[in-house]
Amino acid sequence: MMLDAATLDWQALNEAVRDGGREIEIIHCTGERFIGAGASDKKITIHGVPGNALGAYLDGGEIIARENVQDAVGDTMNDGRIVVHGSAGDALGYAMRGGRIFVRGDAGYRTGIHMKQYQEKRPVIVVGGRVGSFLGEYLAGGLIVVLGLGCTDVPAGNFIGTGMHGGEIWLRSLKPPQHLPPQVHLEEADEEMLAAIRPQLEEFSACFDLPMSQLTEGRFYRLTPNAQNPYKRLYVQN
Amino acid sequence: MREGSFRNLSGCAVSAMISKEGRRFSGADIIRSIRVMHDRSNGLGGGFAAYGIYPEYQDYYAFHVFYDNMAARRECEAFLERHFDIINLSKIPTRKIPQITDEPLIWRYFVAPLPTKLAESQLDEREFVARCVFRINVQLDGCYVFSSGKNMGVFKAVGFPEDVGVFYRLDEYEGYAFTAHGRYPTNTPGWWGGAHPFALLDYSVVHNGEISSYDANRRSMEMHGYRCTLQTDTEVITYMIDYLNRKKGLTMEEICSVIAAPFWDTIERMEPAERQRAEYLRNAFSSCLITGPFSIIVGFEGGMLALNDRLKLRSMVVGEKDDMVYIASEEAAIRAIQPELERLYAPKGGEGVLIQVKEGAGQCR
Repeated sequence: MMLDAATLDWQALNEAVRDGGREIEIIHCTGERFIGAGASDKKITIHGVPGNALGAYLDGGEIIARENVQDAVGDTMNDGRIVVHGSAGDALGYAMRGGRIFVRGDAGYRTGIHMKQYQEKRPVIVVGGRVGSFLGEYLAGGLIVVLGLGCTDVPAGNFIGTGMHGGEIWLRSLKPPQHLPPQVHLEEADEEMLAAIRPQLEEFSACFDLPMSQLTEGRFYRLTPNAQNPYKRLYVQN
Repeated sequence: MREGSFRNLSGCAVSAMISKEGRRFSGADIIRSIRVMHDRSNGLGGGFAAYGIYPEYQDYYAFHVFYDNMAARRECEAFLERHFDIINLSKIPTRKIPQITDEPLIWRYFVAPLPTKLAESQLDEREFVARCVFRINVQLDGCYVFSSGKNMGVFKAVGFPEDVGVFYRLDEYEGYAFTAHGRYPTNTPGWWGGAHPFALLDYSVVHNGEISSYDANRRSMEMHGYRCTLQTDTEVITYMIDYLNRKKGLTMEEICSVIAAPFWDTIERMEPAERQRAEYLRNAFSSCLITGPFSIIVGFEGGMLALNDRLKLRSMVVGEKDDMVYIASEEAAIRAIQPELERLYAPKGGEGVLIQVKEGAGQCR
């Protein structure tokens, strides 16, 4: 089913998406918010720039954005997949608890903050380019990978992993990230460690038709919570 | 009830466009752009600043004034006649539309300070004009000068911004730069004067955010003779820009390092020369540091400055195509008027984007 966003306001558009069957293509998107919010069994393809909170609370199915997306994509997403062929705005995958987000280009500030995982639920974000500051702030679970394709410096801004106490952040970068908080443990990944994220990289490679060799060459750094320096000591000596 | 009786908290949308060549274009597109972000406002304020729109009067200050009633107008005009040569006066043309109601009297004056008054005051011309604006706004009841620059004008009202643009017939003006604002005050009395942009002389500010340093900034500005009458954070930002640029002679780049100063631990890691400069600006103008979330667009004669708070707690994107630069809270608001961009990027927190119109271009001087 084809929907023309130019002829519908965001409420009408979202109603049409909800009532519109399993495969939906939206053209001329210009900032209409909440597309696919809470959907669980649809494949939604978007042309143009959708509004904020694309795929918020997504609970399954797939959203494919052919161009850029704005802020708060995949907010509190629980399942399914979001594929962005352009770049994403701020707060991508905020408080995600499951599902996968793949962005070919860059992502903005606060990518993957407050993500969490529980049992089989483990959210994944892979960004092809670079991200802004506060990557994975307060991370409690899940996996964030930043590939830095086309970047010559560290592909993330300041305050990486501040307050993180679970999950993993991976950076493909020639240089290690600087000025990490003491609660974050940094290590350079070897081949064996890299195998842990290979399935996600393969999925990214398939989404955007990029060769695996391009995604895996160079150096990877893994950031995890520092078990030697947990947060509890920040507040209480016990 | 008016602004000033209690604090506003704002959400808001901003949009702007400027021709680096100083080429003039219609205000129709900025209305289309801000309309895309309709849901970021709640109908309690919208407005525009337009630069280069009065070339035939470019040597005169254009005062846009709200009056509560005819008596206020008479009083204000008597004041203006005592201090200025009034070259032209008229009602600002508007369209009656159902979306915009309860408008005050809205008048426009093109004025030049009376040479005798100016000489007597021993002030430079711009300071003389700014002081007159404050005297009207503070002392004359029912009068509010909301625009006072040369070859530019602010147009604002209570309503959604796209309706405000239609109301003021913005599509009939041509300028080299426009800024726009849609307001989302959550507890405002909703007075026309409280809508953005806020302006003094040719400086105008549109702002999306809620600064937490308002009182510190206000106290500092009041020590320098500014009177904050509306309790809105955007008013004080406007005065800080005027103070730092016009009175202290700081460049717009330096102003960014003052109002969105780098963190001390970032400054510590800078190269010595850069560090010295950053330390000086942070120390010398510490009371002009703005904390809390904001994205602002400052308009001024011949240019524009866009700036996010250091933590980038508000969104802002910049697009470029040929001689045009577009700035907006959301990319869609830019794509709506220019789908084909050569470049699109999100400036980092605290990193100002300064756009200057080519020196000597067309109508901007």
